[in-house]
Amino acid sequence: MALSKRKRAEYFRYSQYTLLVVVALVIAFLADWEQIRTAFFNFKTMGDMFPNVITIALKNTLIYTALGFAFGLALGLVLALMKLSSIAPYRWIATIYIEFFRGIPALLVFIGLAFGVPLAFQIQFDIYSTVMLALGIVGAAYMAETIRAGIQAVPKGQVEAARSLGMSQGRAMITIVIPQAFRIILPPLTNELILLTKDSSLIYIIGLARDQYELTKFGRETLSRSPSLTPILVVGLCYLIITLPLGYLSRYLERRSGGKKVSVL
Amino acid sequence: MSEISVEITGLKKSFGSLDVLKGIDVTVNRGDVVCIIGPSGSGKSTLLRCVNLLEEPNGGKIVVNGVELTDHDVDIDRERTKIGMVFQSFNLFSHLNVLANLTVAQRKVLKRGEKEAQEIALRNLDRVGLKEKANAMPAQLSGGQQQRVAIARALSMDPDVMLFDEPTSALDPELVGDVLGVMRQLADEGMTMLVVTHEMQFAREVADKVIFMDGGYIVEEGPAAEVIGNPQEARTQEFLARVLDPTHHGPSDPA
Repeated sequence: MALSKRKRAEYFRYSQYTLLVVVALVIAFLADWEQIRTAFFNFKTMGDMFPNVITIALKNTLIYTALGFAFGLALGLVLALMKLSSIAPYRWIATIYIEFFRGIPALLVFIGLAFGVPLAFQIQFDIYSTVMLALGIVGAAYMAETIRAGIQAVPKGQVEAARSLGMSQGRAMITIVIPQAFRIILPPLTNELILLTKDSSLIYIIGLARDQYELTKFGRETLSRSPSLTPILVVGLCYLIITLPLGYLSRYLERRSGGKKVSVL
Repeated sequence: MSEISVEITGLKKSFGSLDVLKGIDVTVNRGDVVCIIGPSGSGKSTLLRCVNLLEEPNGGKIVVNGVELTDHDVDIDRERTKIGMVFQSFNLFSHLNVLANLTVAQRKVLKRGEKEAQEIALRNLDRVGLKEKANAMPAQLSGGQQQRVAIARALSMDPDVMLFDEPTSALDPELVGDVLGVMRQLADEGMTMLVVTHEMQFAREVADKVIFMDGGYIVEEGPAAEVIGNPQEARTQEFLARVLDPTHHGPSDPA
């Protein structure tokens, strides 16, 4: 007798579970656990990495990301306003900036900023300024589009109401539109922050002193003196300490805003 | 001879190639309530939005309280503080609570102190019967309550004239009465009002003058009893027949 459609679907599901269990068991039996342990879980190396991985590397990653995000947000807001400006050259400049910095690898921007700019303009930034500029310049290109979309998502009636009460265009933008826009784009902005956290791993290229190491550089440095890949595992987990809560926050904010989606170009 | 509050002469407005207002003359005396009625697309909302220059006219002159708003040298932001406006969709600032909605423009535009602004706000909330909602967020209010807050927000700027753009069109039927009640009370207090509305009962009872618009022109105007009670123009008769007795009227455009 032929099986009903629902019965078939049910058996199909069971067979999937069975397959997964079998694969897991095969891997568990075949894997050389001792080898894996020495490759990734060298407890002595782990011990040696503390507390510097937290007090220097994790701390610096947080500081660099925060600096870059703050500068990127400010510059991104300016670019978003330029992009929405009635003055055409402002729009062109913003568009060129955004397309340029979104279109080239962040690593190239960092190299240019760390070595090209001091050479060309005879100015030397300290490490924090360089990092802030490097991450901010790249972050701004992405955030500008998000902010622009947020500003455009604020209903037109809000501006009309503000103008009818005598607010100027700029006053209405600052007091009414931008606060609402940021509420709308909080979830995507949190995602930008996650991306920036990971991008901060690229700033090793500008050359860092030992107490300036961020997580990735710290991990690679420890790796060079380590018999195993343990440092990479440890700093990887440190990134997750930052990014997982942010990801959760982003999804929470999105749920709270009722899933109101903003179209980001 | 009463004082003139709003004087519109030869007003023209087009959107692209679409002529919405084709030469409008309106005079509103101080303390009068003028209701503008007409079919959708007749230009009545555009006319109202031209009065405070939310829409920039293409031609003609608008004078409010002796100041010509169409003059490019006029500080339009300052003049707008004296012209209150109430929108069909309320447009309360959704990120601010009710009290802040009423104080933000007082503080940022009129530069009133916080205490003074709050006192004025609470007084006006009381006028619309919503003093107890001062700390609520707009989203927590019904449509009728939001619209009354919007009226109180406009009143907090101490306007000389109030513009109402279909203030009850977005409301559930049972909430319309509250808003109209507040408007009637304002009219009784002597506020100069220019009201775009579909509420014929309100226009008939409250308006000093009714203007019927169609196709970008004023077709008929006069006292409510005449324009609504005894319209002379065929188009006015046709429109009123549809609005006042919609079930005994066939479609006008058998396509």
